[in-house]
Amino acid sequence: MTTKRHEQVGLTDAQVLDMYYYMLLARKIDERQWLLNRAGKVPFVISCQGQEAAQVGAAFALRKGKDYLCPYYRDLGVVLVFGQTARDCMLSAFAKAEDPNSGGRQMPGHFGGKKWNILTGSSPVTTQVPHAVGIALAGKMQKKDFVVYTSFGEGSSNQGDFHEGANFAGVHKLPVIFFCENNKYAISVPLKKQLACESVADRAIGYGFPGVSVDGNDPIEVYRVMKEAVERARSGGGPTLIEAVMYRLVPHSSDDDDRTYRTREEVEEAKKKDPILLFGQYLKEVGLMDENKEQDLLARVQMEVDEATEYAENAPYPAPESTLTHVYGE
Amino acid sequence: MAVISFIDAITMAMREEMRRDPNVFILGEDVGVRGGVFRATVGLIEEFGEERVIDTPLAESAIVGVGIGAAAYGMRPIAEIQFADFIMPAVNQIVSEAAKMRYRSNGDWFCPITIRAPFGGGVHGALYHSQSVEALFTNVPGLKVVAPSTPYDAKGLLKAAIRDDDPVLFFEHKRCYRLIKGEVPEEDYVLPIGKADVKREGTDITVISYGLTLHFCLQAAEKLAEEGISAHVLDLRTLYPLDKEAIAEAAAKTGKVLIVHEDNKEGGVGAEVAAVIAEQCLFDLDAPIKRLCGPDVPAMPYSPPMEKFFMLNPDKVLEAMRELAHF
Repeated sequence: MTTKRHEQVGLTDAQVLDMYYYMLLARKIDERQWLLNRAGKVPFVISCQGQEAAQVGAAFALRKGKDYLCPYYRDLGVVLVFGQTARDCMLSAFAKAEDPNSGGRQMPGHFGGKKWNILTGSSPVTTQVPHAVGIALAGKMQKKDFVVYTSFGEGSSNQGDFHEGANFAGVHKLPVIFFCENNKYAISVPLKKQLACESVADRAIGYGFPGVSVDGNDPIEVYRVMKEAVERARSGGGPTLIEAVMYRLVPHSSDDDDRTYRTREEVEEAKKKDPILLFGQYLKEVGLMDENKEQDLLARVQMEVDEATEYAENAPYPAPESTLTHVYGE
Repeated sequence: MAVISFIDAITMAMREEMRRDPNVFILGEDVGVRGGVFRATVGLIEEFGEERVIDTPLAESAIVGVGIGAAAYGMRPIAEIQFADFIMPAVNQIVSEAAKMRYRSNGDWFCPITIRAPFGGGVHGALYHSQSVEALFTNVPGLKVVAPSTPYDAKGLLKAAIRDDDPVLFFEHKRCYRLIKGEVPEEDYVLPIGKADVKREGTDITVISYGLTLHFCLQAAEKLAEEGISAHVLDLRTLYPLDKEAIAEAAAKTGKVLIVHEDNKEGGVGAEVAAVIAEQCLFDLDAPIKRLCGPDVPAMPYSPPMEKFFMLNPDKVLEAMRELAHF
């Protein structure tokens, strides 16, 4: 039998099975949203496919209900671990009043929810990075021991807000994890046209804190480096930049056509390293999952997604005149 | 009651709010040991320490963006932008983030940040230390834009801004800092954001202004009174959202309106004020609405004659007021 790598990083059998569940749930919600989009039922989808291992691995190293998230639009796996449900995501996809992120005001993927410590996000990329630094600064001022996770793509690591935020956090040694999900493409523009350095992680040295690059298809490895970063942050050691390297398996969004900028061969090759496939294999190799268990889990996830879709589809829209509310505090 | 300068009123407001609420803190460039390049934060690091008076790295988007994160968490940050001209790198944070947090989260999150910025010219500041940038922000719902003209208003409105649950851009005319003095109570008081203030009662013409030019209007009104013309002067104080009721009332009172601001004319705050009057009390008017503003050029030149040409002054205002009165 293969060595149980997860035990070496402090993850229990139950935890890795749970991780697999969240990865699968994220994938199945995502796939359903594409179907709904192609059927004309939801206007827009932005995907997490191919990034679930990194997202779930990272989120498992955080403390739900205590640590803060400033996620970017692909972080479905992260917000699910922090408490959002398939129903919440579908309510957002259908833009219904009950959508906990925004009451149907924002496109899907614009996560937020005070009850989960998830800061509301926007569409201009990387603006969330200084916010994460600000939450961490507030925590330090109030002598709290939470850490703040913020994520972004490799293209976004070119934005001023990444550099300004990272520098501020470095100077003040703030408990922030800068989590870059390098999926190789910023819409159509490949990595080599985005960065001149070898790795996004190389950028950390300029800000005086460690930068680590990790295989984003391996949730156990991501968990391990995240755990180290979280412990360093919590003990006053300051921020860490983590680059999780993976591949975006689908187009940028439902409005994109990736055939215009990358070959099918390249995508097919990447699919062989699909993190859900690899992690499923690992769980089987270490004897934690067999065909039956896998089918049971799949059926459970499908049921959740079905229920969520039906609920969200039938849920009421916001009242049109509610467009005028929540501009200022009462 | 003590007579103090405009800038001392600003400092007093911050000191009082920091004593009152431990969540209030300041962040910006040179705000710490230097006490700010204009000295608005002088003495505060000594009293509150470097944890609450933070000398930030030189990066405006982070000053505002970090402030936004802290505000969303529950703090009451006062972010200082050294000159309003340098607010541009932070505009994405102000407009896309601070202004929209409450709305986009359906009321779940909100952002009680105060962003202070000295604006305006007349100090040999040239193009990039003289600008009036308020019009860039006065069509952004979710933001409040305040520009007081007196020390009394500055203290009361800054305290209100810090306590406000929404983002407030607080523009301080830098020429007012040491030029304008006035009575300011030692005790705690706040003034309502969103309310204009009649600074002089009059019956013949109405003059609407804010910031430094408000004082030019008052001085001109004084002279005009000697000619037997009585000017009613309204200080907008809040530039967004505008106090439409007070504007219409002041306009209807005399039927002749002059709007004065240092910012350039086209698309300036005065354009919106004129539109409010046109919508609400056109038939109370006895003359076309008149605007006296900075010229529509990119910014204020350095060379003294050019700066003087750009700037308004009491004489220019007096001339415009007299012309309107005789219409």
